[in-house]
Amino acid sequence: MTLKSTYTAGELLAILSARQLVDGQVVFAGVGIPLLAATLAQRLDCPGLTILFEGGVIGAFVEPGKLPPSTNDQRCTVRANMVLGSAEVLLLLQRGYVDVGFMGGAQIDQYGNLNSSFIGDPAKPKTRLPGTGGGNDISSLTNMIVAMKHEKRRFVENVDFITSPGWLNGGHTRADGGLPAGGMYRVVTDLAVFGFDETTRRLKTLALNPGVTREQVQDNTGFRLDFDDDVRVTEPPTAQELSVLRGLDPDRLYIG
Amino acid sequence: MSEVQSYTKLRKDLMQRDRSLREKVVSLEEAASFVRDSDSVSIGGSTVSRTPMGLIWALIRAERTKLSCSRCIVSSDGDLLFGSGASEHIITSWFSQGILWGVSKVMRHYVETGKARYDEWSHLAMGMRFRAGAMGVPFMPIRSMLGSDVVKLRPEPKQIVCPFTNEKLLLVPALNPDVALIHVQRCDAYGNAQIDGLQFMDVDLAMAANKVILTTERIISNDQIRRAPDRTKIPFFAVDAVVELPFGCAPHECYGAYEPMMRHMEYYVDLVNKDPVEGMREYLDRFVYGPKSWTEFLDLIGIEEVLAAGRAGQSIYDT
Repeated sequence: MTLKSTYTAGELLAILSARQLVDGQVVFAGVGIPLLAATLAQRLDCPGLTILFEGGVIGAFVEPGKLPPSTNDQRCTVRANMVLGSAEVLLLLQRGYVDVGFMGGAQIDQYGNLNSSFIGDPAKPKTRLPGTGGGNDISSLTNMIVAMKHEKRRFVENVDFITSPGWLNGGHTRADGGLPAGGMYRVVTDLAVFGFDETTRRLKTLALNPGVTREQVQDNTGFRLDFDDDVRVTEPPTAQELSVLRGLDPDRLYIG
Repeated sequence: MSEVQSYTKLRKDLMQRDRSLREKVVSLEEAASFVRDSDSVSIGGSTVSRTPMGLIWALIRAERTKLSCSRCIVSSDGDLLFGSGASEHIITSWFSQGILWGVSKVMRHYVETGKARYDEWSHLAMGMRFRAGAMGVPFMPIRSMLGSDVVKLRPEPKQIVCPFTNEKLLLVPALNPDVALIHVQRCDAYGNAQIDGLQFMDVDLAMAANKVILTTERIISNDQIRRAPDRTKIPFFAVDAVVELPFGCAPHECYGAYEPMMRHMEYYVDLVNKDPVEGMREYLDRFVYGPKSWTEFLDLIGIEEVLAAGRAGQSIYDT
């Protein structure tokens, strides 16, 4: 058995996402992989991580095996420092208390704009997706990490609809559009870890996941990819990371 | 109704309400009669939490139509409102059954065929619309939604240049619904309501609305309210009707009382996502129109599942 087959894509995504977080940060986490990855980071190297949920929770400490089905459930409040109104917790983003926003994504483009609203023309959509929730607020108001599956149909040159703004059309367009704070910082997928060019604000490959080639990443991306001058190879998940993660999600709700 | 109401009308409507300290306990069916066809209705809670499902169930049974509904995040409550014909218009930030189940086929069916409208706002924008309504001002400024396509699809908000700082800001209009439906853990017969745990946007909803209907797990005495006034989150004079309805959020959760009834939710999602029209008809016939009372509905979910959800819900206090 190769090393790659010893963990699932969902597990890899959660572990690599967790590694992006830094102890002491205040992180606003969406449901699914972000919630799980933030909780994992808290149990590994970031005991001082403060997790916020949009249901109105500061300092969440989700219990293993009791993952909440949304960020608005009572399970999100266990051992938290504070519960507050959902408008109040979102206003913390606007005031600037949050270091990192952490979300999943359905469709992303070269400038890190996210679409979770429509596939096709919004006036006559092929598919109506659930919508922004807090996604637009989080990505408008803080630095963002996005965790998502890497597929060609999800990595498109321009999204059909900008639900959650990344760098809009690149360059200064985000600030010019009325969003002077925050911006897309990292995108973590089952193939690679990406950042954004300081000037053009285009997606840039920073590190390849273990066993993944540049060609593989490019072939699964719907636009021309940039690569950092010094593309690294990410260390595979450790036994400890995998064991803590599996303990958090024993029913494999989010890790698949 | 998305237009901002005139301040004079808001004040006049409020003056006409009976704000005296009086008992307001009614049956679930009587409470439904407080809502008229075409009313704008704001729904408390969020996603599968503290949803006033009993009231929504009663409005569907009373055959209300053309309700314009707003809620911070919509789950299967929105499916039922569209699928029953009670509403053709929902204003929210997110609409599906829950992330575990993908995209709601019911929402997709109604929106993609143009049978119903889903107006999308950001979560913060929803909050600030209710907040403006609660404050008696016509709008609130926010710093999100700007630059995105979410704002381009909405004719209501206005982008301005701040007169103090010259920055771009978005003004989102006040939402003052005709009626707010809110479920709480406990309140007295006058409507003084305690909310445990996550409050979501419910206090703003109550203060913004022109009428408030509460369902409650338990009615307690006014003496109990007065012993701990710091726990009262909604004052009696904002409330128009009180219904005692244990497990009134089923199959959704109520903080500290019960977690979501996941087996029933999974059964529901499976049924309606397989066929959003026939599956919904089957669900409504069996679980909404079929039972004689809310208790009979709970009985259909099953005593075992209801009690298990109760045990899990109360376990939040076992530390």
